[in-house]
Amino acid sequence: MTVESTAARKPRRSAGSKAGTTGTKAAGTTGTKRTTRTAGKKTAGQSTEPELVQLLTPEGERVENAEYDAYVAGITPDELRGLYRDMVLTRRFDAEATALQRQGELGLWASLLGQEAAQIGSGRATREDDYVFPTYREHGVAWCRGVDPTNLLGMFRGVNNGGWDPNGNNFHLYTIVIGSQALHATGYAMGIAKDGADSAVIAYFGDGASSQGDVSEAFNFAAVYNAPVVFFCQNNQWAISESNEKQTRVPLYQRAQGFGFPGVRVDGNDVLATLAVTRWALERARRGEGPALIEAWTYRMGAHTTSDDPTRYRHDDERAAWEAKDPILRLRRHLEAAGHADESFFAELEAESEALGKRVREAVRAMQDPDRFAIFENVYADGHALVDEERAQFAAYQASFADAEGV
Amino acid sequence: MAVEKMALAKAINESLRRALETDPKVLVMGEDVGKLGGVFRVTDGLQKDFGDDRVIDTPLAESGIVGTAIGLALRGYRPVVEIQFDGFVFPAYDQIVTQLAKMHARSLGKVKLPVVIRIPYGGGIGAVEHHSESPEALFAHVAGLKVVSPSNASDAYWMMQQAIQSDDPVIYFEPKRRYWDKGEVSTEAIPGPLHAARVVREGTDLTLAAYGPMVKLCQEVADAAAEEGRSLEVLDLRSVSPLDFDAIQASVEKTRRLVVVHEAPVFFGSGAEIAARITERCFYHLEAPVLRVGGYHAPYPPARLEEEYLPDLDRVLDAVDRSLAY
Repeated sequence: MTVESTAARKPRRSAGSKAGTTGTKAAGTTGTKRTTRTAGKKTAGQSTEPELVQLLTPEGERVENAEYDAYVAGITPDELRGLYRDMVLTRRFDAEATALQRQGELGLWASLLGQEAAQIGSGRATREDDYVFPTYREHGVAWCRGVDPTNLLGMFRGVNNGGWDPNGNNFHLYTIVIGSQALHATGYAMGIAKDGADSAVIAYFGDGASSQGDVSEAFNFAAVYNAPVVFFCQNNQWAISESNEKQTRVPLYQRAQGFGFPGVRVDGNDVLATLAVTRWALERARRGEGPALIEAWTYRMGAHTTSDDPTRYRHDDERAAWEAKDPILRLRRHLEAAGHADESFFAELEAESEALGKRVREAVRAMQDPDRFAIFENVYADGHALVDEERAQFAAYQASFADAEGV
Repeated sequence: MAVEKMALAKAINESLRRALETDPKVLVMGEDVGKLGGVFRVTDGLQKDFGDDRVIDTPLAESGIVGTAIGLALRGYRPVVEIQFDGFVFPAYDQIVTQLAKMHARSLGKVKLPVVIRIPYGGGIGAVEHHSESPEALFAHVAGLKVVSPSNASDAYWMMQQAIQSDDPVIYFEPKRRYWDKGEVSTEAIPGPLHAARVVREGTDLTLAAYGPMVKLCQEVADAAAEEGRSLEVLDLRSVSPLDFDAIQASVEKTRRLVVVHEAPVFFGSGAEIAARITERCFYHLEAPVLRVGGYHAPYPPARLEEEYLPDLDRVLDAVDRSLAY
């Protein structure tokens, strides 16, 4: 289903001086991947597999990459187990949230199933002082940023529209309007540059959002102002029911070239590769080399949300093909083959997962509906006469029932 | 006390200058605001004095301008954004309505977005399409936004100061046909709160309520009516959201008649809201229904017809006569 243009198979170096300084890491990066790509491999429902940066094969085999190995060269077995733990717990949390929606505890849930590596790899590449602008599906990134997962559920239960303090973990509120946050991220990055800080920003969005004008405007503003922002596109193949070819005629990572910064396509189901590529992008942003676009090639294993029915637009065999490339399974294979983890590690993690599920379940069930007067709270920072007037009217109306009951 | 006579556009310029001087977090951004000083020269000289890092020429993309201003505000800046003309704000409408207006509420008060959006608005200058519109009602309808419009140089100066200091997003509508009208500006005496209406002329027979470019017209109407022995009170509303209904009510309880004047189309315009609420508040005081004078439910006409479309002395006097005839 993904139609690769000729340009996709013959990547050129990015144009422009900024891209030129890191040209081999730009579009050219993919050109170095011929040893590890699964060239010409056909899977059901798909044309040729795209070239992408990969450090771990689906079988868990570590493959070398001259461009990106350096960014994960010092990674310890403990850190690898940490990435595995992050992905497992994120998936467990996600499954619990889906179950809670089915039980009527949540109104809606947007599952990240299948995208754990893209989110954990990129999330773990961020520094504490970096700032993250998520969509509404970045539960794994939130986990990496230290946002309590139960905080993510308030908006899906309907008790608030966000609610966590974005500055508490430098993790902005979920943004539901597609692509809007790409501009906020760019503006925030412009502010970092003005402050002379060496922090960076990462903006998440999806393949569907790539069609939004705001995303293109964000690319352009970021390039013009050389803002330290990394655009992280999780191409999970489906924008609800619309496949990639309904969104774009060129591979998304190549769009960066037209805006004057490098773009890389990474195996989004490979947590190690995602970590390496995101570190590369964040580090060059910190050095003042401007924005970069990462297209994480992944797959939304579940429905768009719990309200969606993917059987209406895609086949099971497509999902099965992606299941073979599962992000968690491949890291487990790698850990086991390398002797980095034993049965007790996996058993303890299983117990920790179940404990997390229980905690989330209990926290959601304990969430109280907000006070009805919350409607009028925080509409303005400095107050507004009409809000005060309508609050008073609402209070009088509510009080009229109390009087009636009292009679 | 420093009092100087200056044009309304110059008063905004001086106000922006003062804000840039006193608060290092204030930024000015928009299309052509730098070297050119804006198409109306409102930002003239600011980039020269404060640098292109604080007075920022942006790409021509209104959603991008407002969206990045939101990001800068999240970082702690106080951006003052210029939308070049009223009719060009709509690419940014999504960012303004879905993001800027709601962020404080959805963060439960943890995030403040002190962004000022300056919009030169209104007609009467013989401009081409999309350069003469009055879309203030489209913003007043959105909770989370504040909407103001000065009518004179002193208010232009001080209301800009207050808008920049506000922790809420403020849409600041500049009456472009009054940019060159001169008035005295004191840089020390604050004329009043940002959202308070002001009686600019006392009267007893009827209240004319207006804001921005129509205040001057209403004063001329009051002069003309005085020659016919009618005493009209003129209220400069200054703020469209919130509206100072207490001030309107106080005036109407005295004069018992109200005519609201704005350039924007009458249908679902701010005059409709004023009429409804004042009818509720002053039902037993009113001698006549609240009347409205404004634009028609038609696209803003070509410049050669705009005098037929815009409220003018005779159309407002006609409404005054109709009100007094009840």
